Amino acid sequence: MSGANHVDIRTLSHPETATLEGKNKFLGFWFFLGGETVLFGTLFATFIALRNRVATGPSSQELFSLPLTFLSTIILLVSSLTSVFAVLAMKEYKIRQMQLWFWLTVVLGLAFLGLEITEFKEYVHEGLGYTTSAFSSSFYTLVGTHGCHVLFGVLWISALMIQSYKKGITTVTAPKYYVSALYWHFIDVVWVFIFTIVYLLGILGG
Amino acid sequence: MTANAHALAAYNQRKGFLSWLWTWLSTVDHKRIAILYLFGGGLFFVIGGIEALLIRIQLAVPQNDFLVGSTYNEVVTMHGTTMIFLAAMPLVFAMMNAVVPLQIGARDVAFPFVNALGFWLFFLGGIVLNTSWFLGGAPAGGWTAYAPLTTEFLGTGSDFYLLGLQLSGAGTLMGAINFMVTIINMRAPGMTFMRMPLFTWTSLITSTLILFAFPPLTVGLFLEFFDHIFHANFFNTAKGGNAIIFEHIFWIFGHPEVYILVLPAFGIISEVVATFSKKRLFGYTSMVFATVLIGFLSFMVWVHHMFTVGLGPMANSLFALATMTIAVPTGMKIFNWLFTMWGGQIHFTTANLFAVGFVPTFVMGGVTGVMLAVPSADSQYHDSYFVIAHFHYVIIGGVVFGLLAGLFYWWPKMFGKILNETLGKITFWTFFIGFHLTFFPQHFLGLIGMPRRYFTYFPDEGLNTWNHISSIGAIGMAIGAIVLVINIVITTAKGQKAAGDAWGIGRTLEWSIPSPPPEYNFAQTPLVKGIDTFWKEKMEGNKKVTPAEPLGDIHMPNPTILPFLMSIALTIAAYGFIFANQTSASRPLCLVIAAFGIGLMLLLMLIHSIKDDPGFHYHKEEIIEIEKGAE
Amino acid sequence: MDTANRQSEMLDYIAKQRRKRDLQHYWVSFALMIVFTVLAFLAVYFRKSINDYLIAFFIVTMAVVQVIFQLYYFMHMKEKDHGFPALFLYGGAFVVFVTVLSFVTIVWIS
Repeated sequence: MSGANHVDIRTLSHPETATLEGKNKFLGFWFFLGGETVLFGTLFATFIALRNRVATGPSSQELFSLPLTFLSTIILLVSSLTSVFAVLAMKEYKIRQMQLWFWLTVVLGLAFLGLEITEFKEYVHEGLGYTTSAFSSSFYTLVGTHGCHVLFGVLWISALMIQSYKKGITTVTAPKYYVSALYWHFIDVVWVFIFTIVYLLGILGG
Repeated sequence: MTANAHALAAYNQRKGFLSWLWTWLSTVDHKRIAILYLFGGGLFFVIGGIEALLIRIQLAVPQNDFLVGSTYNEVVTMHGTTMIFLAAMPLVFAMMNAVVPLQIGARDVAFPFVNALGFWLFFLGGIVLNTSWFLGGAPAGGWTAYAPLTTEFLGTGSDFYLLGLQLSGAGTLMGAINFMVTIINMRAPGMTFMRMPLFTWTSLITSTLILFAFPPLTVGLFLEFFDHIFHANFFNTAKGGNAIIFEHIFWIFGHPEVYILVLPAFGIISEVVATFSKKRLFGYTSMVFATVLIGFLSFMVWVHHMFTVGLGPMANSLFALATMTIAVPTGMKIFNWLFTMWGGQIHFTTANLFAVGFVPTFVMGGVTGVMLAVPSADSQYHDSYFVIAHFHYVIIGGVVFGLLAGLFYWWPKMFGKILNETLGKITFWTFFIGFHLTFFPQHFLGLIGMPRRYFTYFPDEGLNTWNHISSIGAIGMAIGAIVLVINIVITTAKGQKAAGDAWGIGRTLEWSIPSPPPEYNFAQTPLVKGIDTFWKEKMEGNKKVTPAEPLGDIHMPNPTILPFLMSIALTIAAYGFIFANQTSASRPLCLVIAAFGIGLMLLLMLIHSIKDDPGFHYHKEEIIEIEKGAE
Repeated sequence: MDTANRQSEMLDYIAKQRRKRDLQHYWVSFALMIVFTVLAFLAVYFRKSINDYLIAFFIVTMAVVQVIFQLYYFMHMKEKDHGFPALFLYGGAFVVFVTVLSFVTIVWIS
């Protein structure tokens, strides 16, 4: 860290990996995402195995609707783009822009969560409780785990942004902003598979 | 900062026990965390060992009534769970923490904070699991905790298993990521991948396996947890659940787990055999290749634990084939160790005795493994004592022998004193003979037809003699373990001080620095010139390894109590969920407590995020002083 | 002095060009991701007139392609020093593949 004081940070085109700590954080976070891939993969596999075991409860074809899923998807896709712009702004040390893009990401994340909660409420109303069938348990667990990740991402990025007003963009904070954006993209990656495998294939049936 | 550090040291000396406790609770030094892992793992190893002795007492004679029915089930379950998750895993991590950074010439691990958090999560998870004995009964569904037995038919003991392992599993995953990044990013100049000592290589591959194998365990435990506490239907066939899914998930984790344990043991054996043969490890490149291959294959063989489920001839044949393939890289390793010893000047120290004893013992476990890999034959062996014999040969003959070899080999590096060799050899011979006496007869018991996990047998089934011998053998192992404890106490009290190169024939970088190493490990980062670089330097007549940098200030992280507090927060959450299931009246309150624990965790994470650790510096003059003192 | 100025000007120019190119990549990737999403939804919308298996194959392919864009452009995996992230991400993906394959073929009751 002591070495970084002597260089003008603005000459670094990758402030997130300028120090060993930053490099470690970057690599460690990617490995964590590798583990998360397996975690979600196992949940997906469980869901796929149980997707038609609806017992006496409603099935996915009776519940899911294309427009709602499409809206959620677009919201999350756009939030992925805003977090890309946030990182781009960070690399150019434009802190106001970075904050703006990250806050936008947070707002979109909240919108996504709001949609998900109303959606779950609707399903419970239509008779799909958590304990209704093996399908319902695996559906809520997979999509709910993703939802928890979105919630955590919202809290995390918000916490970082509030601090950013005081701490600015340094070789200490840049890796944090960078990996939080990586996390957010990963959430979107998982959602791509959720809307495809859970919703679209669910509506398709079989 | 220096003045502060001195003032702090003086202050610490005054305060005695509390400050001693504080030092250990807040440490982020990988060498101290290694010691924590060693004693945490050692504690659970003793508990698991006592449970093993209880099992052998019950089975010593037919129709014994020492431990009957569900009590026996509890002891068997806790023995397996404790030994795998709370003894073997942390002892592996103890070795990795103590040695890996030193072997690659690093001053610290990549994530000292996360490393400490990993330890405390493991330790408190183990405590949660073991408190089940006093809080309504231990889990009794076997260490595999198959559904629906665990989720529907057993009491609240299962919750301790599900949440205790969830905690310690999370800790293990963090530890693994820390070591992956440490090994990849923090090697000294010149330490290319193909110059890394074998133990570092196996640690890297083991950490990778943990990264991919522990998430399925997490999911499996969560699914059972949701079934058991929130009445989900993953494994409830009445509502469409499927219990086979749990078996798959468990073994997708469980099979790599075996290699997670045994690969570091392979690494230790490679170091010990090479050092005490005074030869370079034979076939280094093929050793690395075999390690990677074993790691890769370990994810494609899990169904051999499920041959009798009825998944069909196609699945069984494919997985049988994949399983047998693993024998090839493992065989490569065995021959490499033999060829390393061939023509070497073999020193039979205790560490090397364990390494030499390991080779034939592990081969026997491997041979029965190939036998079990034949699906049609497996129908006979399945769930019999033949399987028990097989995996104890692999796990004790492989993992525990490896760990004991490592313990005797690296003890001087960790504590600065050499363990007593005479007592060590007594430990080896009693443990080695006791082990074979205990488990060799179990092959025959299994072939005669004694099923595993049964609490008794009848006198006229032809099982008496072998069971009797097996129980006598267990006493031998117990004596070996007790002598080891005595050895540790005596050595700590009045052992000989060890030199930096404690055995005089060290080959790798950890022997080039004082024993025990200073907090910053290397005063100057070493320049690595090849495999066994320290040996190379010694052969060239140098006493020290060539440094890669001039002497300068060294930056170190500050100790912090946050990892411990975070683990406490999650432990509170775990107990909340556990007790939510015990009485329906207090369920809402318990769930609130669980939520409080999780909230506290988030709050602590926020504090950690806000508080940047500036760390402190060892100044050049200080370092020169410390290095002089160590000589 | 003069050369130093010229040099920094040139670096500025290169940085600007790079930024322009990056931005272009982001917008194109984003547009493509939207297109893949819309195509997948449309395929399911017209499910009555297309073969089910064809749709399933198509939408899963769309998902995989979209994720590749997300990984390589949004998560910068195309840049240098991403060898280990890629290795371990694909390692995880491989384990997932084996898991999913076994869960659709050998969980005994379908």
